[in-house]
Amino acid sequence: MIEIRIHGRGGQGNVVAAYLLAAAAFEEGRYVQAFPNFGAERRGAPVTAFVRISDSPIRRRCQVLEPAYLIVQDDALLHLPDITAGLQAGGPLLVNSNRDSAELAARLDRTVVALPASALAQEILGRPVPNTALLSAFLELTGLLPRAALIKALGERFHGAVLDNNRQLVERAAAQVSAGAWQEDEHAVRA
Amino acid sequence: MQYALEGSQALARTVALCRPQVIAAYPITPQTHIVENLSKLIADGALECELVSVESEFSAASVVLGAVAAGARAYTASSSQGILLMSEVLYNIAGLRLPLVMTCANRAVSAPLSIWNDQQDSMAVRDAGWIQLYCATNQEAVDTTIQAYQIAEQTELPVMVCVDGFTLTHTLEVLDIPDQEQVDRFLPPFNFERGLDPSNPISIGTLVSPDYFTEARYDHHRALNNAQQAIVATAAAWGTVCGRHQDALLGVDGPQEARFGILTLGSIAGTLLDAREQYQGSPATRLLTLRAFRPFPADAIREACGGLTDLVVLERALSPGSGGIVGNEVRAALSEMHDAPRVHNFTVGLGGRDVPLDIYPRIHEAVRAGSGIPFDILDLEPHKLPAAG
Repeated sequence: MIEIRIHGRGGQGNVVAAYLLAAAAFEEGRYVQAFPNFGAERRGAPVTAFVRISDSPIRRRCQVLEPAYLIVQDDALLHLPDITAGLQAGGPLLVNSNRDSAELAARLDRTVVALPASALAQEILGRPVPNTALLSAFLELTGLLPRAALIKALGERFHGAVLDNNRQLVERAAAQVSAGAWQEDEHAVRA
Repeated sequence: MQYALEGSQALARTVALCRPQVIAAYPITPQTHIVENLSKLIADGALECELVSVESEFSAASVVLGAVAAGARAYTASSSQGILLMSEVLYNIAGLRLPLVMTCANRAVSAPLSIWNDQQDSMAVRDAGWIQLYCATNQEAVDTTIQAYQIAEQTELPVMVCVDGFTLTHTLEVLDIPDQEQVDRFLPPFNFERGLDPSNPISIGTLVSPDYFTEARYDHHRALNNAQQAIVATAAAWGTVCGRHQDALLGVDGPQEARFGILTLGSIAGTLLDAREQYQGSPATRLLTLRAFRPFPADAIREACGGLTDLVVLERALSPGSGGIVGNEVRAALSEMHDAPRVHNFTVGLGGRDVPLDIYPRIHEAVRAGSGIPFDILDLEPHKLPAAG
């Protein structure tokens, strides 16, 4: 079982990101669980969501305490002292940021890939919603699921021009990261 | 067919498959998005149903009371403060023997204000005369909702399907939503023989003098106890239709030779199942998941406790000044059992506190250290307490 924690701010589509990732894994025949860490639901407040992906039914209902990966939708959240709490040793972070990956990696003493996901979304969708680009980059880095699974999950939610733009965003984001860079990582063991 | 769906979505689709004719609900907090999703299905033309959006939970319950009394299949959902605001009407629905089904998305009750999960709300109306069924997973919530209509309409008792708020309602997971054809085959159209009919006027809910009140109450008590048979038969019947095993009164999982048991209700059950695999150093443990809390299946609990020396009742509610609610009832039931296990009662997970895997070794540790724990809050963090007043 692979466990992922997603950090963001209320209004950034954090829960949607968790649901999309789980739905994409479901398209590939996996068992999944995705849920928010139910904080006060206000725009701008730091929020987290969890995803579990497994080859067998998932029975536990507790929060993810030791995630293998973090996806961070807002790089200002990296200043939170407990942002990497529980992240497994060697567990990498994918961060929505215009900064340099090496700079963030040095600051956190962790493997970090930075992706300007808001800027990409602003350009292609006309809205700075970073989740689709981050999920696409995450799948590209880990090789966890084929890109087509994410596109299928997006198709369950969006239609017409919005879906087309999201599809384009998926391709653009995937091209910006190094395919399979986290695949050899011990955390990328197939769920 | 298998879907990856959020619990609330799955429940909305399931309720729609049961073909309700009237849905009334208060649409905002502490409502879940079950009724929001149902309103979309109605607006999209996927469900033909009268949706009544009301100004309070009291009105929501009153509208569905009237709807069922007039012979309509009806539905509502609420939680927390909403359940309490409904409570007067919930007693009336039960006392009038109206076969309504509602979802309680279990949440804490104020004050202090909390929006998160525990089971205080449904426990607060345990004496209202409803059947209460607790679900451990969203699949169980789907299957139980369908069964609830059949149980309600057979017994003429209302059924509250209790589903842990957030932990289940806001969790997306893989589950099977049955076909319309399967549900139609299982659930015939509602035909309420006592339904109000203008061409044959009757009065319901009239004044009952002391000459008959006791008998009316006893009749209700007897009907609830007898409903155990309908709950068992309906679970078996739906199991045949959907091809999944359905626990009726309670689920029992674990070795017959186990001397240690944990009884819980709701979604903690899955965490305990995983924890038992992970912490194999702990003594062999039988896990009991109570599905029917009303009627209270005392015989089934005694039978499931056979051979146990220790039973932990783990619950997500609290009766301040007394302790556990389910724990006290289990203790009372086991007092009539030969070779009954010692009962230890713990409350955990109040107001949304996470119940992690390591609750399992902590339970074992607490019981090993103590000699029969009447009641304790296992996940209390004493350093956060004010000085005792």
